[in-house]
Amino acid sequence: MTTAPERTGPTPLAPGAPRSGTTFLGLPTAPRGVGHLRGDRPFPDAARDALRDGQLRANLGHATSTIRAKRARVVGEVPDWEALRQAGKALKTATMARLDEHLLELERQVTARGGTVHWARDADEANAIVTRLVQATGTDEVVKVKSMATQEIGLNEALEAAGITPHETDLAELIVQLGDDAPSHILVPAIHKNRAEIREIFLRTMPQFQGPDADRDLPDEPRRLAMAARTHLRERFLRAKVAISGANFAVAETGTLAVVESEGNGRMCLTLPQTLITVMGIEKLVPTWRDLEVFLQLLPRSSTGERMNPYTSMWTGVTPDDGPQEFHLVLLDNGRTAVLADEVGREALHCIRCSACLNVCPVYERTGGHSYGSVYPGPIGAVLSPQLTGVEDNASLPYASSLCGACYDACPVAIDIPSILVHLRAEHVEAQEKLTPEAAAFKALAKAMSNPRLWRLTQRAAGLGRLLARGKPTMPPVLPPPASGWTRSRDLPTPPRETFTQAWAREHGR
Amino acid sequence: MSAREEVLSRIRTALGENRPDVGVPRDYRTADERPAEQLREVLVDRLEDYKASVLRCGPDQVGATVAAALDTGLGAGWDPASVVVAPGVPATWRPDGATEDDGRPAVELAAFAATLTGVAVAIAETGTLVLDGTPLSGRRAVSLLPDCLVCVVEAGQVVGGVPEALSRLGPTAPLTMVSGPSATSDIELQRVEGVHGPRTLVVVLVA
Repeated sequence: MTTAPERTGPTPLAPGAPRSGTTFLGLPTAPRGVGHLRGDRPFPDAARDALRDGQLRANLGHATSTIRAKRARVVGEVPDWEALRQAGKALKTATMARLDEHLLELERQVTARGGTVHWARDADEANAIVTRLVQATGTDEVVKVKSMATQEIGLNEALEAAGITPHETDLAELIVQLGDDAPSHILVPAIHKNRAEIREIFLRTMPQFQGPDADRDLPDEPRRLAMAARTHLRERFLRAKVAISGANFAVAETGTLAVVESEGNGRMCLTLPQTLITVMGIEKLVPTWRDLEVFLQLLPRSSTGERMNPYTSMWTGVTPDDGPQEFHLVLLDNGRTAVLADEVGREALHCIRCSACLNVCPVYERTGGHSYGSVYPGPIGAVLSPQLTGVEDNASLPYASSLCGACYDACPVAIDIPSILVHLRAEHVEAQEKLTPEAAAFKALAKAMSNPRLWRLTQRAAGLGRLLARGKPTMPPVLPPPASGWTRSRDLPTPPRETFTQAWAREHGR
Repeated sequence: MSAREEVLSRIRTALGENRPDVGVPRDYRTADERPAEQLREVLVDRLEDYKASVLRCGPDQVGATVAAALDTGLGAGWDPASVVVAPGVPATWRPDGATEDDGRPAVELAAFAATLTGVAVAIAETGTLVLDGTPLSGRRAVSLLPDCLVCVVEAGQVVGGVPEALSRLGPTAPLTMVSGPSATSDIELQRVEGVHGPRTLVVVLVA
């Protein structure tokens, strides 16, 4: 059970509060006050606002239904999909069981081929390592490939604080960065914006559209918007001295790293600058080269709904006269070992960040990613974020699900997300030191249901609820606390005029 | 304790003494027995589905077909000097007057209009070309910066699926897997071909 101290306030941290919790084995969770794993508000509060935003719901509904159809088509044409899925699951389980050995082998291989490996206990340490490496090159700007790990640790904020300008180069990340916004989807971070909103952001922020002589003719066609991004970034790619990336996969036995992308911004970053810094969660490993044959089939079809994404780059250390001549790999823990310690929850580390579970989730489709408060939204975020931070820091997320199981079916590595959600709910309930109103109510109910006389009295008392309902089929949603905790997100049926046993007695006699 | 020692020690604590011995079932397809011509047809279908152009020719017509491919990508009347060629590309494939990549600073390659390379292997099911950094494929920047990419695929290079392709590749080479032109689906999930990488991909399939 977690012994994480009770949360004292939203990020940033209240002074004097503990920097991070620990799990029962004493393994630290991701520290507070840095990065983007914790929201300012519980999920139900944030979701209520999101649900009132009609434009957001229209954008999300359109985008998720489009990608669901694409995924279903390309997954359907693979006759051995289920065999690939089971192989992917087994490969990840096997990797985690020997994670220390695989990481050491990766370190040996990367080092042998001219790379430098750094280890980071948490977000602060990783940010400090990267900042120091960038400063050592003498540059004050970097180009970035879209990366969940660097979003998670808040690397951009850390670089900016050190006077270094990070340029996001993925189109959606660029939209988010220029709009001073936050990502809301793992794969398509600007999924909550439509073309008209994106056009407005570009016209407002891109230097090419500023000034009295600027040609501000920009239709809101996706093609024209993509061309504006190309123009905006071209010069930045060509002058960049340092690039920062994440990694989709790392092969322990060969030291090979892989980045999967579409636009070519990844290739620009991985190829042109002199120095490349890759930040990778320690769980991203696969043991052997051959294992990529499974994941390179599972990932593109599950994420963008394509048979293969346009570009996959793979590199090992440094290649003379081809690409960056200085390569640094930062291996990041930041709570992952705490997740690994939980025998049920550790399956969340198998995630390959495809986002298929977001697109099929009825909750995500309606609330969008921002409501989850973490860079990892949707079903996988609801199991990963609370484990990385300790469940008390993201206590509402395990409940942000109807447990319908669509995420489990869609997951390309068959992560049993619903079971982990239930496991985390139990962990959260057991961690409560004080009796919650819900727990008190169920305790009283259990007592009543074990005694016939008490039960009859309870039913008769419940019948009084009919007065509140005023003839409506459900009770009013604005019951006073603590009952509001139940009724604000659920319909409470009006109690019937008579109970089943009363009706039986009336019709059949005793 | 160093960060390295501490992270490793945390992993050992998390896993405990009893580590499961996990077998990996590889019941998926690892070979494709379809006839070569059928695989080539699948490759053409998949490439065209992702808006690449494909021109087919016999082994003695590669030069003329590459010229036709450049017509497709650049329009007639292109300047041969604006075409950069990977150093291992056979002389018979090259347009007269094309520029061989001489290892100049990578950013200078952006001045070229088109690139001509061979490939290491092509994957039929996914419409993927793999470049491996050898002289035939060229260094990575060559196939990235010019806006039009022409790749010549030879008959024996086409395999069925991903597993066969990976088994032919050297894992430590700088590898680039290319499936169609650069694209994005970041705006309303609508696919747009052509962002930062080459906006035009023309494949010459020799068989």
